[in-house]
Amino acid sequence: MASARLKGMGSILARQGILIAFALFLLGFAAFSDNFSDIDNLTQVIRQSAIIGVIAIGVTVVVISGNLDLSVGSMLSFATVMVVDLHDKIGPVPAIAIMLVAVLALGSINGFLVGVLRLNSLIVTLGMLSAIQGLTLIYSGGQNVDIADQEGTWFSLIGRGSFIGIALPIWIFGSLAIFLHVVMSSTAFGRRVYAVGGNPTASVFSGIRRTHVVFASYMISAFCVGIAALILGARVGGSQNNVGQGYELQVLAGVILGGTSLLGGSGTVLKTVIGVLILGFIQNGLLLLGFAYYVQWLVTWVVIILAVWLDIAAKRGRLLSPIA
Amino acid sequence: MATLKQNKALRWLTENPIWGFCALIFVFFSLSNEFFFDVNNFQNILVQTSTIGLIALGMTLVMINGNIDLSVGAVVALAASLMVDLQSWSAFENWGNWQMLPALIVALAAGTALGALNGIIVWKTGVDAFIVTLGAMLGVRGLVFVYTEEQSFFAMNFTFSDLGMSSIGPMPALAILFLVATVLVHILLSRTVHGRNTYAVGGNREAAVNAGIRVGPHMVVNFMIVGFFAALAGVTLSSQMGASTPNLGREYELWVITAVVLGGTKLAGGAGNIIGTFGGVLAIGILRNGMNLMQVPAFYVLVIMGSILIAVLILDKQLTRKGVEALRT
Repeated sequence: MASARLKGMGSILARQGILIAFALFLLGFAAFSDNFSDIDNLTQVIRQSAIIGVIAIGVTVVVISGNLDLSVGSMLSFATVMVVDLHDKIGPVPAIAIMLVAVLALGSINGFLVGVLRLNSLIVTLGMLSAIQGLTLIYSGGQNVDIADQEGTWFSLIGRGSFIGIALPIWIFGSLAIFLHVVMSSTAFGRRVYAVGGNPTASVFSGIRRTHVVFASYMISAFCVGIAALILGARVGGSQNNVGQGYELQVLAGVILGGTSLLGGSGTVLKTVIGVLILGFIQNGLLLLGFAYYVQWLVTWVVIILAVWLDIAAKRGRLLSPIA
Repeated sequence: MATLKQNKALRWLTENPIWGFCALIFVFFSLSNEFFFDVNNFQNILVQTSTIGLIALGMTLVMINGNIDLSVGAVVALAASLMVDLQSWSAFENWGNWQMLPALIVALAAGTALGALNGIIVWKTGVDAFIVTLGAMLGVRGLVFVYTEEQSFFAMNFTFSDLGMSSIGPMPALAILFLVATVLVHILLSRTVHGRNTYAVGGNREAAVNAGIRVGPHMVVNFMIVGFFAALAGVTLSSQMGASTPNLGREYELWVITAVVLGGTKLAGGAGNIIGTFGGVLAIGILRNGMNLMQVPAFYVLVIMGSILIAVLILDKQLTRKGVEALRT
């Protein structure tokens, strides 16, 4: 009886644990810091999280289909350097178009290798991580790039502008997240992604083309990286060659914190948004409390493992793993 | 009789295709560059790859177990910082060169302890090693920054950096250290009970449990081994430079995993060996060194390394498919 109730409690915790943790963090920071609950600060955090968030929702689709994408960080460097460099050479609209085409081409390579050739996604995207890093350096010749006239171009507005009082990056992040969430939760394509990730064999037997689904998931991920590069390039007005270095792991941390299983078949886009925001609020809250910026990494360590542990523990009904 | 022998050699090569690749690039660079084929340069390659090579030895065990360790790069930085900072503590002022000993012990112990922590978390919580060590990768880097307060350290005692450059007989000390460690881990994996258990746990965890192997503690030991080697790599790296920086070892985990996978170890676990890993490490070392000598810009090296990793994966898939077909017919 008691154990049944515990299990019930556990499953509630598992299903909504991420929301509860989110609420606790917000309350904790709000209680101990004067400026944290300030509305300007809160929107600031969301705006800062927008770049990682936009990438993370794309990667969520890849992870739900049962694969990984570690190449998003290098791809972000590549796309940002490209769009900023081309902006002054051929104007903003062609620059954005060419950058998106280039990023989608990289995504299609990922999609081909993992979807069609069925290679291990971890190693493929690891190889792509270093290959794209090299491509970026070859493209820029090792130079940093920037936009000469940052005030005089509408391109900067993508990162700096606002619409009815809310910053444009938040609009982009929000609308893309809602769009992808609807795609994943209420379209046939979304259901196919869950099916492929949940049970690849069964999905093939029910007539789903696994190849197409995996390919499409990498294209979505690449497209999201392109959008993130727009925000980043426009916000900074320039770019370093290694600007996206390490993003792939922060993105994965957000996805995992949102409760998406790396085994595939479960997770939602909106929970990833919450996962990314939690990371953003932890970072911001710790800074406001006067901790050095690297303390957040220690907290993230504990939070990630605790979140996944509680999730698994609730599913198996006991805290510790049964492995001898 | 002759065909049997030939077959044996061929079979060995299909099992360890990386050595064929090593031979290929070795011949290529020897012919195309006059400075490559030189004993001094070979020693150079061994010293240059010893850092990644040492970690790759431990990583092979963990990956044969079906786990992975992403935190090794951060452990390298932690061990290097401890090693360089502790030896200049005033408590050891009058120890002469022995002041390096407590620093060495603490650095290696820290790496081993963090490995044990990763292993125990994987064992007790049942969370996937990828997630546990991804967290540790961030967290341990945080520890490094907390400890160093973002400072680089320099070794005041020049004996320390001399050690990194020293030679035993005709061979550089670091090259010998790497070769000895390779032989030891090879024996551990191929000739001991622990080695057999490593394959058993990675091949079929449930069967291993039923066979009476204590899977949890076994995995903890392997995590401790990779932590130890990552710390050792941090020590040797800092002795080469006579200094440490908090950002040391970034992306080392990627290079190490690349080397291990090139060597034929499967991510799913249960397959792989140290001879292959050694070949993978050498392949990376020869490529980097050879392309450096040919003055290929570092940018292209990144692209080539990434492409080779993917190419090996495709090749491996083709070979195993052929193997399966051969079994069927």
